[in-house]
Amino acid sequence: MPRIRTNIRLRGRSFIAIALAPEAPLDAWLDGLAEQVGRAPEVFAARPVVVDLSALGPVDDGEYAVLFAALAALGIRVIGVEGVDAARAGAGWTHPPLLVGGRPTAEPAEPPRPQPNAIIIARPVRSGQTVLNPAGDVTVIGAVSSGAEIVAAGSIHVYGPLRGRAIAGFAGGGGARIFCQRLEAELLSIDGLYRTAEEMPAGLRGQPAQAWLDGENLQIQKLS
Amino acid sequence: MAKVLVVTSGKGGVGKTTSTAALGVALAQSGQSVVLVDFDVGLRNLDLILGAERRVVYDLINVIQGEAKLAQALIRDKRVENLSLLAASQTRDKDALSSEGVARVIAELREKFDWVIADSPAGIERGATHAMYHADVAVVVTNPEVSSVRDSDRIIGLLDSKTERAERGEQVEKHLLITRYDPARAARGEMLKIDDVVEILSVPLIGVVPESEEVLRASNLGMPVTLSAPESVAARAYFDAVRRLKGEQFPVVIPAEKRGFLGKLFGSRVA
Repeated sequence: MPRIRTNIRLRGRSFIAIALAPEAPLDAWLDGLAEQVGRAPEVFAARPVVVDLSALGPVDDGEYAVLFAALAALGIRVIGVEGVDAARAGAGWTHPPLLVGGRPTAEPAEPPRPQPNAIIIARPVRSGQTVLNPAGDVTVIGAVSSGAEIVAAGSIHVYGPLRGRAIAGFAGGGGARIFCQRLEAELLSIDGLYRTAEEMPAGLRGQPAQAWLDGENLQIQKLS
Repeated sequence: MAKVLVVTSGKGGVGKTTSTAALGVALAQSGQSVVLVDFDVGLRNLDLILGAERRVVYDLINVIQGEAKLAQALIRDKRVENLSLLAASQTRDKDALSSEGVARVIAELREKFDWVIADSPAGIERGATHAMYHADVAVVVTNPEVSSVRDSDRIIGLLDSKTERAERGEQVEKHLLITRYDPARAARGEMLKIDDVVEILSVPLIGVVPESEEVLRASNLGMPVTLSAPESVAARAYFDAVRRLKGEQFPVVIPAEKRGFLGKLFGSRVA
């Protein structure tokens, strides 16, 4: 039978790896790293990491083992190391392989700073329209019509009559609030708790008002 | 520069077709050349209101599908110079409208006329979106009723997002026409107030047309009210609306209930 030779095409692919440079004393450095990961776990999630061992100085294999075990425990995926002798990282090296030719990139490996993610709508929101902000506040300058819907992970601010539905803190944001210049809403909801127009205090209709959560109670009060 | 005007409302039965015909006559009488295009494919009415139902040979769908030339399908009004009609097809449905076909017909009409007035079907589906897509100007017809106002609000939202102008980042020039206004019922608080409707929709008002015998009679006779009873309150509201459409600015008169001296006395005592 003739052998079929498959040509495997090689393709390049580049990722930006985060470079970690452990320093002595290693314990203190690992504690600091654990704290940082706890604050912003998404920084290392699914990102390749390269460990630059040059700053650690000459240490024995036991300390390397401690280091890589600790990194693995933090969920950090080390694809290689830099800054060790090629001879040392040769035969008998059981840690991630030595990489050469790495270059610093313009993109800092700093944790991405949380961006302000409020949405501002400077025109009326008409019946049938939905404004959704899955990450923050929604501010409307103008009216929100009957049959329109504002949905926000954060708070909702309406500088105008609110006649439609306002759903704030929809992804579990009990601290979110709803503010409007004129309360004529069909429904107000914060973190899944809601009140329909019928259940709102009649005296607040047409008034500037705010709604917030007091435990399991959706409170609505006139804004003075 | 030709203007495409869509008469739309969302809700049915508010007076779109009646208003299209009345505005068309008023515009044509003011010296502009006007074509009325019925987009209510399958439920054609505009030809009846204009009294042209016995002269329809080819229609909008025939032109879109290339079965007839535009010139063959245009029906010239016998009473009003400068006024033409492009009827809808009664035997087809809205699926027969294609985006390219509508674009081609509208472009051709723009070359021939000063005003292309599209009479939109009710609803927010294909027919309505095709009718509004090419609009430069929109007349939103609303009754002073909560359901009609909400549907108009929805349509205004679509005019701001689903039109060629909106896609270019421009605005469709929107006007509000309140029809079937009943002063007596308004006085009793059984209808929304004009101010409230204007406030809710926040679109400039170009006229308030009272519910009237003349309008109904005119429609059944195939005579737009601006033709059959040009001196009536309703007809004057349409004539004034056309002046505002053409850029004139003057206050809108809200039709009041006709009451005698005794009625006024009685009314004020009750209040």
